[in-house]
Amino acid sequence: MSALPSRAEVVVIGAGIVGNSVAYHLAEAGWRDIVLLDKGPLPDPGGSTGHASNFIFPVDHSREITALTLDSMRQYEKLGTLTTCGGVEIARTPERVEELRRRLASATAWGVPSELVSAERVGQLMPFVNTDVVLAGFWTPSVAVVDPLQAGALMREQASAQGALTVSAGTEITAIHTEHGRVRGVATSRGDIATETVVICCGVWSPRIAELAGARLPLTPAVHQMIDVGPIPELAATGTEIAYPIIRDMDAMMYERQSGADLEIGSYAHRPILHEPEDIPSIEAAALSPTQLPFTHDDFDPQLEDALELFGQLLDTPGAGIRHAINGLLSLTPDGAPLLGPLPEVDGLWSAAAVWIKEGPGVGRMMAEWMTHGCTETDLHGADVARFYPHQRTRPFVRARANEGFNKTYGIVHPREQWASGRRQRLSPFFERERELGAEFFEVGGWERPQWYESNRDLLAEFGDRIPERPHEWDARWWSPVSNAEHLAMRERAAMIDLSAFAQFDVAGPGALGYLQELAMAQLDRPVGRLCYTPVLTPDGGFRSDLTVVRLGEDRFRVITGGADGARDAYWFRSHLPADGSVTFTDVTSGVCTLGLWGPRARDVLSAVTEDDVSGEAFAFGIAREIVVGEVPVLALRVSYVGDLGWELHAPFEQGRALWDAIAEAGARFGVVPAGIGVYGTTGRLEKGYRLMGAELDAEYDPVEAGLALPRVKAADFVGKQAYLAAREAGPAATLCTLTVDDHTSSAGIPRYPQGGEPILTPAGERITDRKGRGSFVTSAGAAPSLGSYLLMAYLPPEHAVEGTRLLVEYMAERYPVTVARAGRTPLFDPDDTRMKA
Amino acid sequence: MPDGLEVLVCVKRVPASGARVPLTPDGLHVDTRHLGFTIGPHEECAVEEAVRLVGEHGGRATVLAAGPPEVAEQLRYALAMGADRAVLVDTGSDELDPQATAAAIGQAVAELAAEKPPDLVLFGDSSADAGHFQVGVRVACGLGLPIVGGIKGVEVGDGVVRLRREVADGDERYVLPLPAAAGVREGLNLPRYPNLPGRLRAKKAAVHTIVARPEPGGLRTVRLRQPADEATGPVWLGRGAAAAPAVVDVLDELGVV
Repeated sequence: MSALPSRAEVVVIGAGIVGNSVAYHLAEAGWRDIVLLDKGPLPDPGGSTGHASNFIFPVDHSREITALTLDSMRQYEKLGTLTTCGGVEIARTPERVEELRRRLASATAWGVPSELVSAERVGQLMPFVNTDVVLAGFWTPSVAVVDPLQAGALMREQASAQGALTVSAGTEITAIHTEHGRVRGVATSRGDIATETVVICCGVWSPRIAELAGARLPLTPAVHQMIDVGPIPELAATGTEIAYPIIRDMDAMMYERQSGADLEIGSYAHRPILHEPEDIPSIEAAALSPTQLPFTHDDFDPQLEDALELFGQLLDTPGAGIRHAINGLLSLTPDGAPLLGPLPEVDGLWSAAAVWIKEGPGVGRMMAEWMTHGCTETDLHGADVARFYPHQRTRPFVRARANEGFNKTYGIVHPREQWASGRRQRLSPFFERERELGAEFFEVGGWERPQWYESNRDLLAEFGDRIPERPHEWDARWWSPVSNAEHLAMRERAAMIDLSAFAQFDVAGPGALGYLQELAMAQLDRPVGRLCYTPVLTPDGGFRSDLTVVRLGEDRFRVITGGADGARDAYWFRSHLPADGSVTFTDVTSGVCTLGLWGPRARDVLSAVTEDDVSGEAFAFGIAREIVVGEVPVLALRVSYVGDLGWELHAPFEQGRALWDAIAEAGARFGVVPAGIGVYGTTGRLEKGYRLMGAELDAEYDPVEAGLALPRVKAADFVGKQAYLAAREAGPAATLCTLTVDDHTSSAGIPRYPQGGEPILTPAGERITDRKGRGSFVTSAGAAPSLGSYLLMAYLPPEHAVEGTRLLVEYMAERYPVTVARAGRTPLFDPDDTRMKA
Repeated sequence: MPDGLEVLVCVKRVPASGARVPLTPDGLHVDTRHLGFTIGPHEECAVEEAVRLVGEHGGRATVLAAGPPEVAEQLRYALAMGADRAVLVDTGSDELDPQATAAAIGQAVAELAAEKPPDLVLFGDSSADAGHFQVGVRVACGLGLPIVGGIKGVEVGDGVVRLRREVADGDERYVLPLPAAAGVREGLNLPRYPNLPGRLRAKKAAVHTIVARPEPGGLRTVRLRQPADEATGPVWLGRGAAAAPAVVDVLDELGVV
């Protein structure tokens, strides 16, 4: 074995599929002096790569995950390590049939050929299935099995051939040296390596390695049970590893695949069995491998019956026995998504963990892009390791969510579904009042926020005739018509909305303006007291964030951003702070609560509880001012995300209750209602055509396409400026449009309501893609109660982004006519903003 | 009560570890917190042989294990392989020495014999963890049965059992009148894997429990210790054609060329 180098440009820890792929793509991107370490032997160091079932179903409801998977499949194929066998997800229940129909929409939206098939056809595709228990199937011909160990070996070989890579197996990391919050090197069982960059690709061991540098990775090892049954003569007769499609028995939460003469059966139905990273046995102490733990029969026994019912013909074969059975370890995270990118706690420390075989090579490529250019071709906000707030990185929280999430692996998960565990962690000062009002709480970033209030049910008597029913349970799940009633009450009178989940940062110091100018696309050098909405771009001109900046003083700013992205934004801002100490950055989220007050009577209400002049002349739109509400000093922002007259009222957290009570008491006379985020985030927003980060706005779309390009480009330099200028020059490949659904009636004769994520199709039913290859899909969907319509947002290529164009949306395997009502940002409701600026 | 051959197999629940056996801090026990449990390879062969013999001659294969209630897991494994009945001799959670184990098993066999005495009692030659080679012999003596160890062939017929044992230059053969006992070795047969219907049957099967609290015997564990670390993991023999002589040496050493 060659000696370890004493210096490296980057040390990649872990030689599973992820580490190999990261090392390979870094070499491809021009990195040199790459060291890849693993404490285990090669080619199978003993992690999850070595025991995974290695099959890939490309379709996922997540666009991001599907993109990573499709890229991975291309890479496996190029390395000659992919065998296409096809795969069928089967439904045993009517609910699952519906889910498969929804899956078809995702397949079309992300461009994966799939089809719904009958039980009979399932039997033709996989002749050993007992089709008596099958209602329908979802057939994806491109489903494949791969060889990640071979792929990893080839990647190492190619990177080594370029002279870029040193590989060292049997080398354990014993320390990660840091200095002033950044990586300086690693200590290993074979010597020290000085380096500025370390990538953790250690799968289930990743939290342990991160801890060496004082960082926390929210990941827990968990068991996935697998058995091999054989020999089965019918399978042996094929003489090949896999000749039949893989079956995912979705309702039983199991899969069955041929593996040579055996049928491999895996389950996600058993109880969640979590492990601690410290308790994983060493390579020497493990009977099979460290991540193949002793099989616990009792957990798997109930699944045997499901397997026998579906595959009795094969599993009952005389002489066929359980030849191999393991509790295989895999990685679970609080939200089930990977942990990718730079760790916020330590500069130079990167994570590529909680990655499945199906995403490994794609993750490697994205990591190399990220580490080289600071941004990625695929938007990875859902996988960004910086997305977690501190409480979400604690062990108890990770365990609670992993416990709850494990059985969702093959579950039917509604896009609005809420978690039951780890709740009530961040409560606004309004919480008790909201609870008294029967708030239905949804969670964002750990905050409890009212989605609607049961106390408003009486409003249905007043507005019910303008609120269409949602007769299908799926469309109405995690939704209430009360939300639309709150909307209409706001438009008619006024509403108070809890916005305390906003993440808020104070930026101050002599360098503050220059620093913020460098991150913001909009001109922030404005008079004190002005507030400004601005996109924040990635280096290649996509959306990194969008937020509001208030100039509180010459050298003092308040940055206000959404609760969902607050942790990522905090990391972005912190990581760009100048080194000279000229700027201080303070996260004041926990010190500030925010109450929104909007509607035509908002001024009447506010006037009643303040001595300050809040008239239109004295307090114009776009202005921030300190006022006193009751006895509460308030930073009032004349701004609106719902398009009505009103303010965001920011107050000291501990005086929040006093603020709430003052507004509620004064508002009662004017018929003010509390309104939930259903109004703020969906109905009010969509009527005004406002874009939402993570829905319309992400790294794959630029401000020109989103309709958020500004009339003039500021002179000051800012991140993404060159790309922004180029985008302005080139014109949009797609334009964000608002569409109305013309007819909601399904074949069953009831109205259906798309929920987001569905493909937009041509009138002939063809998938629409733009010149960058991006498909058109619904980024947001929701009612527009004041317009009496139902709105969808979608990016459309220029030939379709024409108002009046008629297209189709595919929802639950049916197509509904839609019309482009607006191309660009002009709101459908109150297009001149006269209400908001009144 | 079934006619035919009454075969009793005694098995022991042992930890399944890798090359390095973890020990508790006091050095008195194997640290089993993260280990699975199994029966030894000799005993798997004993179960397989019992199932085979009953298949051939009719009768009943009973599997018996002494230990904590968790030994039910190993009994169900044997049931899944095809054993007909399981007997759990509950001796509590303390580890037993060979004398106490033999006493507990002897008491249980005597109880079972009241219903129908076994024709043949099979043991693994030695346990996979302690390896004392004692329990089988002690039980057989206690029951007054003839026993031979190291067995790699078993045939029953005409009121006798014919046993075969491999020695350096051939076989030794024994004929024992039934009832009899034998300690068998891995290689006796190729144990089957439990199949799915077998596993489901085993899951639902009742396990007959006999409580025994035998007096401790004379053997005490003073301390266990790890052998010095040996280098494990792959040995690099070379690259490409240059590695060929080293590969030949290894194959030669293994006696396969």
